[in-house]
Amino acid sequence: MATSLQRTGDGRVRLESVGIRYDEFDAVREISFDVPAGQFVSLVGPTGCGKSSLLNLVAGLMMPTTGRVSSGGREVTTINPDSSYMFQADALLPWKSALSNVMLGPLLRGMPRKEAEASAREWLERVGLLGFEHRYTHQLSGGQKKRVAMAQALINQPPILLMDEPFSALDAQTRARMEQELLTLCKSVGATVLFVTHDLEEAIALSDRVILLTAGPSSTIKSDGLVDLPKPRNVVEARFMPGFAAIYEHLWDGLKEEVNRVYERNRHD
Amino acid sequence: MNATGTTEPASVARATSTASELAVLRKHRQRWLIPLTQVLVLAVFLGAWEWLSRVHFAGAAKPIVDPFLWSRPSKIAARVIEWLADGTIANNVFVTLLEAAAGFVFGTVLGVLIGFVLALSDFWSRVFNPFITALNSIPALVFAPIFFVIFGLGVESKIAIGSLVVFFLTFWNAYQGVREVNRDVYRNAQTLGATRGQMAWHVLLPSALSWILSSLRTAVGFAMVAAIVGEYLGSTSGLGYIIAQSEGAFDQTGMMAGLVVLSAFVVTVAGVVAWLERRLLKWKPPSSI
Repeated sequence: MATSLQRTGDGRVRLESVGIRYDEFDAVREISFDVPAGQFVSLVGPTGCGKSSLLNLVAGLMMPTTGRVSSGGREVTTINPDSSYMFQADALLPWKSALSNVMLGPLLRGMPRKEAEASAREWLERVGLLGFEHRYTHQLSGGQKKRVAMAQALINQPPILLMDEPFSALDAQTRARMEQELLTLCKSVGATVLFVTHDLEEAIALSDRVILLTAGPSSTIKSDGLVDLPKPRNVVEARFMPGFAAIYEHLWDGLKEEVNRVYERNRHD
Repeated sequence: MNATGTTEPASVARATSTASELAVLRKHRQRWLIPLTQVLVLAVFLGAWEWLSRVHFAGAAKPIVDPFLWSRPSKIAARVIEWLADGTIANNVFVTLLEAAAGFVFGTVLGVLIGFVLALSDFWSRVFNPFITALNSIPALVFAPIFFVIFGLGVESKIAIGSLVVFFLTFWNAYQGVREVNRDVYRNAQTLGATRGQMAWHVLLPSALSWILSSLRTAVGFAMVAAIVGEYLGSTSGLGYIIAQSEGAFDQTGMMAGLVVLSAFVVTVAGVVAWLERRLLKWKPPSSI
């Protein structure tokens, strides 16, 4: 594994005619989009449309069958050092404390332990978990775990942040708070964000741009549009902004079509 | 809560609090009652044994419980005290402990190393799979005579038997632990920039360790059984040796005293291991320990 790759430090992401083929079928095909550095992009689509696979491509966890993925102008051929990944499932290391989890990234990249620890403390404070340094993951609530995961992902100051339905397991209130904090933290780090979600409201409230995928298999881009709402936003109040409903309706029409297609197909099986 | 409810629940609360007080009281009493009963059961058992080994049934030549076959508690206790005083126990427990500990350590280290290597390489794991399955199906004690010839009757042969028994147990657990590492945790470490070596240290080893530790108690038990049975089959010292020696001399008191020392030893070691397990698996949620 050649993970000695240096960072480009550049948050641009580019997918050119990307396709992923499994043995029998195409998971995704002909996906192309360009994300400028610092843009917050949500990927929305019915279950099984390959949203997560696209994140895996950018992270370098997976290689496309056809086409080309590049990050910061460089083709992704191995684990992408420019990206951090926040998973849907609980991916913290359960045998490490919150502090050790957060300082893992810097340590793995060769930062001296003392420095890494100081930085990890600072990040735990930024996500509001000062005093929880020595808790193991099973001693943290669902929201606290997500905060640790957020600190773990952001401490490396990644040019690109990949998030796969990170808040789907949280209750509505906790979720709204986390979304707001995410926006603040991402802004301070200046990262490009690729955010996978099922939730249209979440996608619109958080993003600069929403990409809607068609139903899988063989899914591709259905629509790709900018969210023309003023920033900075309050994620809860954004829902009441004029213009929100129109964007929502437009996306929902497209998504409904795709969901219905999945439904119809399953019924005829 | 409504206004009429304010007086009612007070009495209800009172009732439940007395009920819970009673439960606490009952629990408190049980804390004393259980060990007390246990001592009583033991006393009745030993007393009956002692008494039956002294009374004769209607003019029979031998007591009801023949002390030649079964010895008697007072003689056994005297023997244990004698052994404690002359250092027999200290010397032999030391030998057995050494054998069990060395067998455990060698077996564990080998098991973890080989389990790790095979789990990381699909090729070698497939190559060795039939050999390991075949070896594992042979009871390890069958190898004892071979080890006696190679290593002699001293501690080395017992260590070899113990290592072999512990090896298989740890090997499977290490192998499984690496194979069943949580996929998300693995990918998370990967994206955080872990190299192969870092992955092994921060993710694979701890994951395997939780499997290995979950079988720690069994492994220690295996190592002790291997040491004692090895000594019993052929040796010059150790707890198994004392028992075998007494058996050869028709010395039932010696055998029984050997068993008493042995069980005290095993219970002590099990207690230490349980404590160690709790400390090492501190990160695990309590339900899964």
